[in-house]
Amino acid sequence: MLKVENLKVSYGNIKALHGIDFRIDSGEIVCIIGANGAGKSTTLRAISRLVKVEEGTRMTYDGKNLLDFPADQVVSELGITHVPEGRRLFGNLTVMENLKLATFARKDNDQIGKDLERMFGIFPRLKERENQKSGTLSGGEQQMLAIARAFMSGRKVMLLDEPSMGLAPLLMMNVFDALKEINQQEGTAIMLVEQNARLALQFSARGYVLENGNLVLEGKSADLLNDPEVQKAYLGG
Amino acid sequence: MQLFFQNLINALQWGSFYALIALGYSMVYGILMLFNFAHGDIFMVGAYIGFGVATGLTALAAMGALALPNWVILVLTILISMFLTSFVGMLVERIGYRPLREAPRASAAITGLMIGIILETGNLAILGAQRIRFPSLIKSTTYDLGGVFVTNKKIMIVVVSLVLMLALNEFIRRTRWGMAMRAMAFDYVVIPLMGVPLNTIASLTFALGSGLAAAAGILFAIAYPVLDPYIGIIYGWKAFVAAILGGRGSIKGACLAGFLLGFIEIFVGAYMPSTVRDLIAYSIILLILVFRPHGFFGEPHSAKLRL
Ligand SMILES: Nc1ncnc2c1ncn2[C@@H]1O[C@H](COP(=O)(O)OP(=O)(O)O)[C@@H](O)[C@H]1O
Ligand SMILES: [Mg+2]
Repeated sequence: MLKVENLKVSYGNIKALHGIDFRIDSGEIVCIIGANGAGKSTTLRAISRLVKVEEGTRMTYDGKNLLDFPADQVVSELGITHVPEGRRLFGNLTVMENLKLATFARKDNDQIGKDLERMFGIFPRLKERENQKSGTLSGGEQQMLAIARAFMSGRKVMLLDEPSMGLAPLLMMNVFDALKEINQQEGTAIMLVEQNARLALQFSARGYVLENGNLVLEGKSADLLNDPEVQKAYLGG
Repeated sequence: MQLFFQNLINALQWGSFYALIALGYSMVYGILMLFNFAHGDIFMVGAYIGFGVATGLTALAAMGALALPNWVILVLTILISMFLTSFVGMLVERIGYRPLREAPRASAAITGLMIGIILETGNLAILGAQRIRFPSLIKSTTYDLGGVFVTNKKIMIVVVSLVLMLALNEFIRRTRWGMAMRAMAFDYVVIPLMGVPLNTIASLTFALGSGLAAAAGILFAIAYPVLDPYIGIIYGWKAFVAAILGGRGSIKGACLAGFLLGFIEIFVGAYMPSTVRDLIAYSIILLILVFRPHGFFGEPHSAKLRL
C-alpha cells in the first residue's frame, strides 16, 4: 500500500539515497537494516516529506501521490507517522501535552479519547507520569511516549527510527512487545529502521538491507537471518 | 519619596510600551530563531492604523451614526487595530521571511531591515511628511495621591498592557495553539510530524506579536499623540534590547526586561541631564549583558536541533 520507487535524496553535494525501491504492505512489519550512515533515517524522512526528494522519485500511498502532501498532512491526512531518531520529545511539555499535541489536526474527539485509553493501557507508566515534563522521563519512558505520541497522530503506518537506541535489554523487550501489540490489535503497519540487525530481523516479517544509499538485499526476515552475507556483515559472523 | 513614586509611574508606563513590543521580537525568535527587524516598524504601522480607526470611529460618533461613549471607542480602536495589524505581520512573514527559511540567517535579517524601510517610506509616500495628531479619546484627568500626580491615561496604559500580557500568557499556556507554539520553540524540526502545520504556527506567532505591537502603538499615541513614520525605529530598537535582555525567546523575560528598561531609563533620567540619559541607561544594560550574555531567561546554548 505504501510504494516507493527510485527514491533519490541528496544533502547538498552528498548523495544519501541513489534510487531505491521498497514497499510497506497493510498491517505488516518490515525492517531496513544497515550500518551507520547507510541512509536509513533519510529514507524515513523522505516518506515523511521532511527532506526534498529528487526528480524521478515516485511515492504512493493507497494510490495517492505522497508528493502532493506536505509533511504535516502526511501525518494528519494519510496517517503515516514517524518516531524520529533520538525520540525528539518536547521536553518542555508534559507527557499529556505531548500526546495532545499529536492530535492537533484530529477532529474525531471520541476516537481520540479511546486511543488515549489504549496507549495508557499499553504503557501504564505514561499514565502515572501524565503531568510530568517529558524531559524528566527515563530513556525507556521517553521511547514509550514517543511511540504513543506517534500513534495518537496517525495510526495507519508507523515509521520507527532506531527505537532500541540507548535502551537496556529488558526495556527494549517491553518496547518491542508494545509495538507488536499495536501492530496486531490496531492493524498499524510498522517500518522499523535499525542498526541492531538481529533484533530488527527477529521482529519483522520482511527486511531490506541498505548499504551506502543502495538496497542490496531484500527478502523474508527469517531468510535474511540465515543468509551468510547478512550474518557476516550485520550479525557478527 | 513623592518623586520616587512619580518616577515609578512613568517607568511603568514606558515599561509597558517596551514590554509589549519586546514580546513580538521574543516570540518570533523563540519559534523561528529569527530576529524580525521589521517589528519596530510594525509598532509604527499599528499606531497609524490605530489613528485611522480612531478617527473613523470618532467621526461616526460625531455624525450620530454610532452613539458610543469614548471609552468604548477606545476599546474598539485597540481591538480593531490589533486585528488589522496582525495581518500586516502575517504578510511580512509570508512574503519577507518564509521564502528565506532555508537561507542563511543574515539574509533574513537584511530582509527585515528592508521591509522596515519600506514600511517607513511607504507611510511617508501615502500620508506625506507632516506629523499627524492622534485623536484624544479620553479626557485627561489628574489625580493627586498625596503629592504624587497620576493621570487616568497612565493608569489605563499600564492596566491595558498588563491585561494583554496576562491574556497572552493564558493563550500560550491553555490553548492547543499556544501548546503548539511552546513545542515549536523547543524543537521546530519535528513539529510537522505531529500533524501540526508549521507555517500556520509561524503566521500565528507573527499575528500575535504584531497585534501586541499595535496595542503598544495606540497606547503610546494616547500618551504622546504626535506620530511620525520613524517612531518605530527608536522605540523598536529599544524594545529589541529588552527582548535580548530578557533572554531570546523568553516571554516572561521580554515582559520583565521591558519594564526594567523603563525603570532604568526613567530613574537615570531623573538624576542625569537628558542629553546623557540613554548613554548611561544603555551602558548599564550593556554591562548586565556582559555578565549575563544570554539575558535573564535565555537558554545558554540556543542552537536548535537539526534533522
Ligand atoms: N542533515 C544532513 N545534512 C547533510 N548530510 C546528512 C544529513 N543527514 C544525513 N546526512 C548524510 O546522509 C547519509 C545518510 O545518513 P542517514 O540517513 O542519517 O544514515 P543512517 O540513518 O543510516 O545512519 C550520511 O552520509 C550522512 O552523513
Ligand atoms: Mg539514522
